[in-house]
Amino acid sequence: MTLLGFRLPGFSSLILWALLWELVGRLDLTFFVPPLSEVVVTLVQILPTPAFLSALGETAQAFLLGVLAAVLAGVPLGILMGRNRLLDELLLPWVNIFLSAPLTALVPVLMVLFGFGMLSIVITTTLFAIWIIILNARAGVLQINRSLVEMAKSFGASPFDAFFKIYFWAALPEILGGVRIGIIRAVKGVIIGQLLISVVGFGALFELYSTNFLMAHFWAVLIVLFALAFAISELLAHLERRVAYYAARR
Amino acid sequence: MNRSLLLKLLSAAIVFGAWEIAGRVPVSYAFPTFLDSMTALFAMSIDGTLLRAYGETLRPLVAGIAISALLGIVIGLWIGLSEFCDWLFSPIFIVMQAAPLAALIPLLVMAYGIGLTSKVFVVCIMAMPVIVLNTASAVRNTPSSLKEMGRSFLGSDFDIVTRIILPSASPIIFSGLRLGISAGFIGAILAELKITPTGVGDIITYSRSIADYPSMYAAIFSIILLAVLFLNLLERLEGQLFAGNNRGYVSD
Amino acid sequence: MQETTVAMSRTESARRDADPSGPQGAAVDNAVSVRCVSKTFGSVEALKNLSLDFPRGELTSLLGPSGCGKTTLLKIIAGLLEPSSGRVEVGGEAVTGPGPDRAFVFQDFALLPWASVLRNVAFGLELRGMAKSEREAIAEKHICEVGLAGFEHSYPHQLSGGMRQRVGLARALAVDADVLLMDEPFSAVDEQTRRKFQEDLLDLVRNERKTFIFVTHSIEEAVYVSDQIAILLPRPSRVSEIIRPSGFRDKGADNLRRDPEYLDIVDSIWASLRSYVE
Repeated sequence: MTLLGFRLPGFSSLILWALLWELVGRLDLTFFVPPLSEVVVTLVQILPTPAFLSALGETAQAFLLGVLAAVLAGVPLGILMGRNRLLDELLLPWVNIFLSAPLTALVPVLMVLFGFGMLSIVITTTLFAIWIIILNARAGVLQINRSLVEMAKSFGASPFDAFFKIYFWAALPEILGGVRIGIIRAVKGVIIGQLLISVVGFGALFELYSTNFLMAHFWAVLIVLFALAFAISELLAHLERRVAYYAARR
Repeated sequence: MNRSLLLKLLSAAIVFGAWEIAGRVPVSYAFPTFLDSMTALFAMSIDGTLLRAYGETLRPLVAGIAISALLGIVIGLWIGLSEFCDWLFSPIFIVMQAAPLAALIPLLVMAYGIGLTSKVFVVCIMAMPVIVLNTASAVRNTPSSLKEMGRSFLGSDFDIVTRIILPSASPIIFSGLRLGISAGFIGAILAELKITPTGVGDIITYSRSIADYPSMYAAIFSIILLAVLFLNLLERLEGQLFAGNNRGYVSD
Repeated sequence: MQETTVAMSRTESARRDADPSGPQGAAVDNAVSVRCVSKTFGSVEALKNLSLDFPRGELTSLLGPSGCGKTTLLKIIAGLLEPSSGRVEVGGEAVTGPGPDRAFVFQDFALLPWASVLRNVAFGLELRGMAKSEREAIAEKHICEVGLAGFEHSYPHQLSGGMRQRVGLARALAVDADVLLMDEPFSAVDEQTRRKFQEDLLDLVRNERKTFIFVTHSIEEAVYVSDQIAILLPRPSRVSEIIRPSGFRDKGADNLRRDPEYLDIVDSIWASLRSYVE
């Protein structure tokens, strides 16, 4: 977008939207939208409170554990599926089913099996992230250049060596792509888990704010959450672009 | 019988068998066997409980998807065509795509109550971003030689949009719709579990509260099955509809 | 022998207008004339003060190394790009945008992948609002003309590259424009098909009373098909010379590629272009 010959930076329109928000808030059109300035003031106030910090900490912990589990289980499984045809044919239908299934429906099952706590939320996060990670790792292995595999064989690489020295690295760009999408899904998963289980993290905080009609508090937390989610997704996209060179060159 | 189908059946047998065994052990008091769950599913299908429940569940889903599709394609088309609109709206939808929008639900409930409106809204916020972003990028990426062709043969702007850009973008718009519907399912169930238990969400919540686990598992099984079958159907339809569409630009 | 000398004499375009040995004598009838056209993209100067005439009923090639602005010039004549300065006249009238007097043949064919051959060929007429039965009858005729009879209801992805370009050519012929603009039309086509195309193009120029403007990067192709070759040199683009191969036109397709004059011209063009190729 150029204005009067001046190139406007990509996300500058958000300033316009922020002004619009402030205006709507000031005009007192609706109780649910307080002015942005008020939200920002509240944001600064609640950031250092123990309630907010513990919610953030619990969420980060569940998120990180969930993503770690998804990556540690998903990447090797995906590579194995790419290598072994029988395993692939047995598992691929299920991976595809869970990739498109409405996983929210499974949260009640997790609740009755694993209790109303951290463990259920971690598993929800893993369930949201893992399928795309498996699928991408598998796709990464399937597109490996055949001559690379033959090179390893001709130099007498053991299966173990071939796995860690060839397959993993050759499939790395796809694997990272899968991890990026998986992590974005995990952010949504951890919030959905907390909303439904709603005794820990931001779920509990939302409950508290909405029963007390603390609108500014609510929006402040939403802004933090959305900004964090967006920052994570941009950071990962940036990292992915940095390895893109090596995908292009092979 | 071919190998692929045989292995699919084998795979299903292994998973459902494991479910049955785990239920018989039992691994948890809240883990019914596969057969018990299927019996409950059968019973609910016969007495019409399931049919009535889906009547409830599908209403916000269909309404939400319809609104998202219409609005999403129009906004996406506009973003793809106009640089100003791209500047104005793209950031919003890019942030929405990355953000956990489910967090808006408590706010929607406060603003619109616990009725149908809130649920339709939930489906919309989940489904719309991907529809908008897919449409916009498909429109933006229309091969420039096709647009030049339209102009050089004296097509009006309207002709170029309706006869070149939209048909050329339709495969990607369609897959955006499919992803939107997938997200819409997540939203619809989330709404029923979080806002007010109705439809399938009601069966899940109610049977959990009276510890009728087979019915609870049966309801969850049915909604996942429905979503997966429907999305698969759409994917096949997509393959059929646009078989030749992505080929044939440059000699290949 | 005298013919050859004329053909080989490198004349600047301004001089050529006064050249009595031109095809129609002193009063050359130009279908298209480009006057002092410049084009800049941002800070890049693609064309600088370029003037060139295209005689009616002839095929003129724009030949040059890549990046010399030949496609830019063609798109300016088509009205798809606006020149930064200067003017283009087609049939005596200034070009302000695409018009019914010009039809474009695209390098990548630009066929609608979701439309049949028939609809693709009729598409230019469809955009002009012609009734379906009428435009399909015209399209049908041109499909036969380019040798695609029987493929009316096929789709582009079912055709080979060469056949696709025949569809693109039929579409351009169907709108019956005076000037045909061809942007490296045979570059995405395999070598044998390409030769056949070149021979067909010669027939087309002879039979249709149309003016052809043909962009190519192949020296042999330019010499083979052209009545006039404009050699463009890059950075910024300018016409370095105009060549009118005339001595071997009537020797027939089979002998042409062995003709000494043909070979001489190819060699001399290569000699002047080779310093621009990395």
